[in-house]
Amino acid sequence: MTRVYLDYAATTPVHPDVAKAMLPYFTDSFGNPSSIYSYGQEAKGAVENAREHVARLIGAHADEIFFTGGGTEADNWALQGVLLARENKGNHIITSAIEHHAILETCEFLKKRGYSVTRVPVDEHGLVNPDDIKNAITEKTVLVSIMCANNEIGTIEPIAEIGKIAKEAGIYFHTDAVQAVGHIPVNVDDFGVDLLSTSAHKLYGPKGIGALYIRKGTKIATLIHGGGQEKGRRSGTENVPSIVGFGEAAAIAFKEMQDESTRLSLLRDKLLQGLFDRIERIKLNGHPVRRLPNNVNISVEFVEGESMLINLDLDGICASTGSACSSSSLDPSHVLMALGLHPVDAHGSLRFTLGKWTTEDDIQHVFNVLPKIVGRLRAMSPLVSKATGREKYR
Amino acid sequence: MTDVQSQYSTKVMDHVKNPRNVGEMENPDGIGHVGNPVCGDIMELYIKVKDNVITDATFKTFGCGAAIATSSMVTEMVKGKTIEEALKISNKAVTEALGGLPKIKMHCSVLAEEALQLAIEDYLKKKEVQNTPLSNKLSS
Repeated sequence: MTRVYLDYAATTPVHPDVAKAMLPYFTDSFGNPSSIYSYGQEAKGAVENAREHVARLIGAHADEIFFTGGGTEADNWALQGVLLARENKGNHIITSAIEHHAILETCEFLKKRGYSVTRVPVDEHGLVNPDDIKNAITEKTVLVSIMCANNEIGTIEPIAEIGKIAKEAGIYFHTDAVQAVGHIPVNVDDFGVDLLSTSAHKLYGPKGIGALYIRKGTKIATLIHGGGQEKGRRSGTENVPSIVGFGEAAAIAFKEMQDESTRLSLLRDKLLQGLFDRIERIKLNGHPVRRLPNNVNISVEFVEGESMLINLDLDGICASTGSACSSSSLDPSHVLMALGLHPVDAHGSLRFTLGKWTTEDDIQHVFNVLPKIVGRLRAMSPLVSKATGREKYR
Repeated sequence: MTDVQSQYSTKVMDHVKNPRNVGEMENPDGIGHVGNPVCGDIMELYIKVKDNVITDATFKTFGCGAAIATSSMVTEMVKGKTIEEALKISNKAVTEALGGLPKIKMHCSVLAEEALQLAIEDYLKKKEVQNTPLSNKLSS
């Protein structure tokens, strides 16, 4: 059976050119970049070259890029590092209700240790209101952290506007740009960010490698101590092959992003329109316009998400849901609940995220398969009474 | 967000693909309704009873694969059982019949057991009302 992968927001396959670029650094140029002999210097050169590529993609200087073990580490570092470094200034952080768990759980950790956290709400499309940020700022605020684009619903936040507010107030501004970098234009100066998290495996690079952009002069504590790699700010022998892969992925994204995002936007709209044409009573989650080019998130009324996913999987389609049934907790997605969705609609959510290898045929396959699945599951759903034709349990 | 994992047994997948006894029953003798929209699992179980034996059982479920499979399985298991036998069907028995469930899905099997118990309770209550003489009903 042919498999149709429509979960690029979860992770992307490594681009063949990226894999090819990485290979020599496992076996031939395997040296430790800290070593002075040729093996080490080859590896060091490759790491610095990769740093240039990542920096260029986000409009930064290479010496402001610090490699980490992924986006989650970058988020942890940004939040904990700034709060530790600014302890004499204050203890308050402002973030949003729809951040990734890497931010939210770090905030919970900080809260338990006496820091205070404000989570600003979002509107029904998932947009943060910059005025809410402005109003939440106190004398104790040291950091604002708002994601660039949401991983579940694809809503793109008004980062530049928030950046201005933070700058006026003299507060550091961090953005988790894991879903955005390589997919939409990201520029640290246009955004006015002091810190930015990114991850390679969302842009056709390998897993387990990310970076934190730290604007020159930003005060941030070091969390990982040791041999002094990454200019003493993030110790640990560099993950050379993965860094090389990240660099190559960033170089490809820099070249292809514009055309690719146009292509994907068209495919995305086609998928969405086709679903609306073929399935009754579905709704779009997230913003209708300010949206990642590859994200389709819908709620299918009366049907639970995981049961749709399993049936899609049986037909070779890989997608995702915000239903609790599909996670280890019993709560539906915090993002969908923050939009004000009824829990039934949050449980009935379905996310398709498109990517480099998504074709028209893939979209057609979804059209052939999903309406039947929904029909079958709706016939099984106790949320509609067959006898009365009325909705129940709302 | 989470993606589908191949976490279910072949038996569970069989019931997900071909759920048995799906649908609302006309004039059921007992209905059991459990779950709520917040946790994301809602089950309705309908039974038909003749001479103390469950002759038919159907279900409607809003929920994950495990919820569908356990509802489907429990309707299979109760058919032909006496009320007393049916009351002894535990969530453990349903889970075992399905070749096991992932740990985080165990609550689904509890829902299936509860739905069955409630359907039987509903039947017994209705029967009691039917068997109560009219004079008693009027006086109460």
